[in-house]
Amino acid sequence: MTDSTPKGLHEGPAVGRDEWVARYAERRLMPTGPLRTIEDRLRLVPWWAWLILFIAAFALLPVIEQSGYVRRVAFDTVLYMLLALGLNVVVGWGGLLDLGFVAFYGIGAYTYALLDSDKFGIHLPTPVAVFVVVVVGAVVGLLLGLPSRRLTGDYLAIVTLFFLQLFQTITTNGDSVGGHNITGGPNGILNIDPFHLFGHNLAVQHEGVFSVSYLYLALAVFGVVFVALRFVNESRTGRAWRSQREDGLAAEAMGMPVNWLKLLSFAFGAAVAALTGTLYAALSASVFPLTFYFVLLITVYTMVILGGSGSQPGVVLGALIVGPLLEALREPDKSRAIFFAALVGGLLLLARRNRAIGIVGLATLGFGFAVHGIAAAIDSSWVAGEKAGGFAGFVAHWVVVPAHLASWIPPVSYIGLIAMILLVTVVRGRLRQVLLVPTLYLAAFVWENVMLSKPEPARFIVLGLILIALMILRPNGLLGERRVEIV
Amino acid sequence: MPPILELSGVSLSFGGLRVVDALDLEVNEGEIVSVIGPNGAGKTTLFNLVTGIYDPDEGDILLDGESIVGLQPHVISRRGVSRTFQTLRLFLNMSVKDNVMAACYGHTRAGVFRSMLRTPGMRREEREIERLARERLSFFGQRLMGYRWDQPAYSLSYANRRRLEIARATATNPRILLLDEPAAGMNPAETHEITDLIGELRTEGGYTILVIEHDMHVVEGISDRVVALDHGVKIAEGSFDQVATNEKVVEAYLGLQSAATK
Repeated sequence: MTDSTPKGLHEGPAVGRDEWVARYAERRLMPTGPLRTIEDRLRLVPWWAWLILFIAAFALLPVIEQSGYVRRVAFDTVLYMLLALGLNVVVGWGGLLDLGFVAFYGIGAYTYALLDSDKFGIHLPTPVAVFVVVVVGAVVGLLLGLPSRRLTGDYLAIVTLFFLQLFQTITTNGDSVGGHNITGGPNGILNIDPFHLFGHNLAVQHEGVFSVSYLYLALAVFGVVFVALRFVNESRTGRAWRSQREDGLAAEAMGMPVNWLKLLSFAFGAAVAALTGTLYAALSASVFPLTFYFVLLITVYTMVILGGSGSQPGVVLGALIVGPLLEALREPDKSRAIFFAALVGGLLLLARRNRAIGIVGLATLGFGFAVHGIAAAIDSSWVAGEKAGGFAGFVAHWVVVPAHLASWIPPVSYIGLIAMILLVTVVRGRLRQVLLVPTLYLAAFVWENVMLSKPEPARFIVLGLILIALMILRPNGLLGERRVEIV
Repeated sequence: MPPILELSGVSLSFGGLRVVDALDLEVNEGEIVSVIGPNGAGKTTLFNLVTGIYDPDEGDILLDGESIVGLQPHVISRRGVSRTFQTLRLFLNMSVKDNVMAACYGHTRAGVFRSMLRTPGMRREEREIERLARERLSFFGQRLMGYRWDQPAYSLSYANRRRLEIARATATNPRILLLDEPAAGMNPAETHEITDLIGELRTEGGYTILVIEHDMHVVEGISDRVVALDHGVKIAEGSFDQVATNEKVVEAYLGLQSAATK
């Protein structure tokens, strides 16, 4: 650490003086080692170069991978990235807790569905319909902003949450408005037109495989939205957004119309969400109310928080991680791999701080084989559950998986696991490390026997665990800027 | 020529407490007026009334002869009133440069669509904003320049934060500048510097200045006129010497006994 001592420290009382400022560059810790050099070089790459590189890499995916499923997942991920970008305007830059965000996604999808389907026999040209949808989204965003503009924090959250519920109620009950069926109620709207651009219909299926045209279209929209929002953020409007997020009263006193700025950020978020909604509706050819509800809201928020609210590359990274992760967690094999990888990864991270955790990991491994051996010796049907090759087979030789699970086991083991975790958090020292061994094993048991058979809640539980772990390690998200609340 | 700022019979109550009571005040173009008074005298409330954060219950506030009562703070800011805060209210997580550039919002025009398209006019305006920010920050010599330009405001020292607040306030292109305890929390050297600086703000910046200050050396050094408040009432007005020896002022600061023995 000798070279980190600032030069001039021994040359007299220059601290706080202007010479100190003038010599800042030579005082800065100079890069050491190749990693630092690479890091400094990478920092010089402009943001647009990263964006082009990212889009180009994404666009190569369907060339490498022919599977329609992968393409579909890629398309959904781009939609998630768009939604995260939109929410980032409201939450990250505007600093407003908008829990009604996905309603605008729904409004976009529904408006497109009404303008381009057999429902009322209206078939507007795609560019016109998309333009109308974006305007409708922005205007509804402004309207929601009107009653909300004097609200902050919890109160704003409640009003926007109410708006999401209102959207649900209207779409679910919109099948008999004065005897007219408008939104199709819970059955939604079917037979929505695909996009029609440059004289071609963009078919969803091409020779039985998901067509890449939608993926490329979505990527193009993503690029345009990313750049447009970035430019707004680098303008006086963006600076004013951040100012009022930091201190509304000071921003107002410095000539910034805070209420209008809040409305504007609502409108921007809503317009981006509505635009994304058209892509979704055109691709799915049908819309249903429940698509635009809490699960999606929580997912998009997870992406923004995980990636780093306020950072555009951050929220895109968040969408890029969470989107495919939720998809992978649907399949038992991948889901199992993710769960154990997260478990081992977490232990390794802890072991960096406390070597004893490494011993806990090994002890758990041994404990598992011992329990498995004892159970097999008592009754072989206790360990006769799922057997297959590879990783699943290895796990089945370690975790007790009974052939038939008695009905009392899932609830008891699940509640037992929660009790064990609580116990581990209250005890200290050696006892905690000893208790950690059966707790980890019980977690694996619950995962194999209970969670795997219920993938829908299980994948959100895993996502939640990853989020908690990450928030402890990096409270501002992966790429979020460091924020200071009180100084 | 009418006074640049004129308060006539302004009163404000919080519940049953009369914070400002029938206050008359005039500030003429190019003047430096100090407002003094013990804690809770209503000095900061006076600033909040002038900048539109509170509306007066009674009376009128005129800027260049036009009433500004009922206008929103950002409108008043655009009319040429800017301020600093006693409890610093910087945009802490923004860079030094952005703090000052953000305050140019009121006198710049580029809308969101022009920003999205980065039209030549918008870029010209951005360059103009940046030039202005550089100019306003260079008012403090090298203290807020160089590498500090891109540092977040929270990384600044307390004195530099006070300086940045003044730079930010001048970036709105005000005609009258309200400084709320600019020397609070500063060491003697820095206090001396701020005294010189307030004078320079008038001679070089051309601002009319209304300043709240507790440090009597500063008040003595800068003021054309001093106004003393106590319990929301103006108890004295005049030159520093007149106010400093005024019985009511001494009483307000030190109590009745001291005034009698003086």
